[in-house]
Amino acid sequence: MSEAKRQPILETRGLGISFGGLKAVQDFNLKLSPGELAGLIGPNGAGKTTVFNLLTGVYAPTEGSVILGGEVLNGKKTHQFVAAGIARTFQNIRLFKQMSVIDNVKAAFAKDVKYRMGAALFRTPGYWRAEAALERRAMELLEIFRLERHARELASSLPYGAQRKLEIARALATDMKVLLLDEPAAGMNPTETAELVECISIVRERFGIAILLIEHDMSLVMKLCERITVLDYGQTIAEGSGEEIAANPRVIAAYLGDNDGEEGERLA
Amino acid sequence: MNKTVKRGYIVNGLTAVLAYAAFCVLAATLGQEGGFKLIIAPGIWQCCYLILLAASLNLVLGFMGQLSLGHCGFMAIGAYTAALMSLAFERAGVYDEKSGAAFLAVLFLCIISAGLLAAAFGVLVGIPALRLKGDYLAIITLGFGLIIVNVINNLPFAGQNGLAEGSAAASLYATGLGFGSSDRVAYLWAGVGVTALCVTLMFMFVRSKYGRAVRAIRDDEIAAAASGINTGYYKVLTFAFSAFFAGVAGALYACCNASLSTVSFSFTNGSILNSTFVVVMVVLGGMGSLTGSVVSAVVMFLLNYQIANGAWVDALPGFIQGAFTYPMLVYAVVLIVIIMFRPKGIFGAYEFSLLRTPGELARRLRGLGRGKRANKGGKEAAAQ
Amino acid sequence: MGVFLQTLFVGLRLGSVYALIALGYTMVYGIIRLINFAHGDFIMVGGYTLIFTVPLMTAAGLPAWLAVVIAIAVCALVGVGVELVAYRPVRRKGTGMTALITAVAMSLFLENLAQAIPAIGPNPIIASQLFAPGGFRVAGVTLDFVTIYTIAVSAAVMLLLYVFTQKTRMGRAMRCVSEDKSAAVLMGISVNRTVLTTFAVGSGLSAVAALMYVAQYPKVYTTMGSLLGLKAFVAAVAGGIGLIPGAMLGGLVIGLVESFTTSYISSSLTDAVVFLILIAVLLIKPAGILGKNVGEKV
Repeated sequence: MSEAKRQPILETRGLGISFGGLKAVQDFNLKLSPGELAGLIGPNGAGKTTVFNLLTGVYAPTEGSVILGGEVLNGKKTHQFVAAGIARTFQNIRLFKQMSVIDNVKAAFAKDVKYRMGAALFRTPGYWRAEAALERRAMELLEIFRLERHARELASSLPYGAQRKLEIARALATDMKVLLLDEPAAGMNPTETAELVECISIVRERFGIAILLIEHDMSLVMKLCERITVLDYGQTIAEGSGEEIAANPRVIAAYLGDNDGEEGERLA
Repeated sequence: MNKTVKRGYIVNGLTAVLAYAAFCVLAATLGQEGGFKLIIAPGIWQCCYLILLAASLNLVLGFMGQLSLGHCGFMAIGAYTAALMSLAFERAGVYDEKSGAAFLAVLFLCIISAGLLAAAFGVLVGIPALRLKGDYLAIITLGFGLIIVNVINNLPFAGQNGLAEGSAAASLYATGLGFGSSDRVAYLWAGVGVTALCVTLMFMFVRSKYGRAVRAIRDDEIAAAASGINTGYYKVLTFAFSAFFAGVAGALYACCNASLSTVSFSFTNGSILNSTFVVVMVVLGGMGSLTGSVVSAVVMFLLNYQIANGAWVDALPGFIQGAFTYPMLVYAVVLIVIIMFRPKGIFGAYEFSLLRTPGELARRLRGLGRGKRANKGGKEAAAQ
Repeated sequence: MGVFLQTLFVGLRLGSVYALIALGYTMVYGIIRLINFAHGDFIMVGGYTLIFTVPLMTAAGLPAWLAVVIAIAVCALVGVGVELVAYRPVRRKGTGMTALITAVAMSLFLENLAQAIPAIGPNPIIASQLFAPGGFRVAGVTLDFVTIYTIAVSAAVMLLLYVFTQKTRMGRAMRCVSEDKSAAVLMGISVNRTVLTTFAVGSGLSAVAALMYVAQYPKVYTTMGSLLGLKAFVAAVAGGIGLIPGAMLGGLVIGLVESFTTSYISSSLTDAVVFLILIAVLLIKPAGILGKNVGEKV
């Protein structure tokens, strides 16, 4: 591994948040290197999505900090987190439903489209150049996800699996360095899941970004992720490779209650 | 710029030139006659500011998905700004007759200032919109509309004691902006031209990155922020942009009316010009369709005119005629019926285009002939 | 001192009326998350019912204020009718935005319908005396009976309402539905019936408010509820919408602000001040004075 690669792109230090005395997440430390694919797992209510909300500025942390490429992001707004290079998808799909598929992607190119109000209102050549470039780049992204045929349809008319993929495409359009995927395979059938795995691999190769994945499908996490962090009651209870996690007694206890090592085998 | 776009420019440009020529011929031949001068020309003026009002509210209501109930507040600001400015210019002796280059310059200066001041207030209203949405924002905007009327009434140089010195309804003839019937014909081109220009600018706004960002905010604000859109900036911007055109509409109102009173701009009142009526126009035309707003403004104007003056009204049963004395009653029913049975309005999110629409219409008619619903064209356009 | 006391009394009286109306807004908002713009117009309905029934009462030898019983029934019916005819169908199909627009439309409809009915509109009708005139002298200021009644009645109504929501089966059902609709269904609560009851109770309260208002300002007109309702809504929001104590507190605050602005600043600026307060409250504490801030779930 080269020196540049070992330098983490995303780092959190003692990140935590409390809601009225309840510590939803505490002392969360994570280091994500460029090109790495890490998993975040844990039982329901363990605080996984809360971590994502902290990492994207939806919630302001009550302690600790989020550092992206050396820049501390505390106190910034969500769109500034995105501009700095963190993009995400949502557990319950949040597309721009009444917009076309391609407009969903175009809207997310926000910081790359530089023309100003005057150019837009009076349709200067600069406007047309920017829009043409935008169209090209948006189509390229859609092609990666094989959505180009649906470009002009309404986002809400896409089938479920395609909506998930569109959400990832939209996140990629923000030109991020770190991608957070919140249960991307939730509700997908095996074929769709297989396609998704393929997509994630392609994205990793083409964009060289770091990915953090929340997922309930253990086989998917084990297959994809090099490193897994396990949360329970807002605390990190284990961290390591797939095998290490599957063999970790605390993880097994968290998932299954305190007894019974036998079923824990299924995790692997 | 690609080929289709160029063709679109040529077709639209030609149509505009043709329409203008036809309009000049009509105005020249009919201009002196009573009917045109007394009914049609004032009607066109009224349509102009109704179109601007509806289209500009649609930016906020239809495209950004925020209910604003104080839109006429911006219009009031525009109307009073234009009236007071023209009064100042007249007193300063910049012009003394309603003709000539000096008057024209003052006229356009008034219109632009009206828009700019309204836009400044749009920023003020947009700031609460950063933290509030839905119901709360509706109340804030409603409150804003009330405050504006309240404040104008208390201004020493406007309202109760201003303009007309002592009457709530200020005469506009004195200020130069209140056009008489022949001035309305003479400056009709200005009213129509300003309206066409403004609608075009709004169209360009919604068909650019600004429109995409604003619609993204409407569909899902959290996802919009997570896609890197500065939601606060776009909200305030859209409020200001929308208010600008409402202000221009106010200036046009000041041009074509004889008197100005804050009663005209309150939340609900007996006459049709109030913030609720603007909401009716937008919902009727289709939230998210500027074409719809333009068409429904004209339709509502005609309906309103017909209810008040139509000969067919006499043939109706007495109780309906009774209801027509209170047009807002009719519009309230219209609004409820649309919301219940066609919440998207007449046009939904469809936009008219000289290039596409004729072809789509033909296709749709053929489709109807075959007994099929060919609504694919509409869907595609809606997604544009 | 005299002016101050007088202003205070007026403020408390006005505030009690606002609180009664605000309760209606808050109950409906709590349960279906909709600003019932038509609620202000229920006051107008109550006012006219009083106008028409007070002569009947006096003819029957009963005290005039007993007409309020009929007014409560009429208002409750109108409230339930509006919910059944307009709100429920729209809520089923539409979004929050369409529901809100329907509410605005219903308000417009009621106001203009009243104008179009020959027996009612369009000119104001003067109401007869509802309570015996007179009052006490306190520190050189007259505290009239109407003020005392208004404050006492609204305090009693609020207490009753509090007991109703806390102790009765229906009251508990209301709180359940406003907390979580689907969970309420699972508990065997009929959501539709609960919503209807809420409308009935909330609208009935507006009839009581109408009685108190007309007792002080004996004039009834078709748009009387529009500004009154708006200010009461401001009160509900300022206190914390969805909360019954919030509506009471908010009502009193707005009433006092209004009367002190009228006395010490300018009567024509009261509405502006009331709305400025709303904007300030919402910007500083969007959930209202007593409310808790709850963000959208992601």
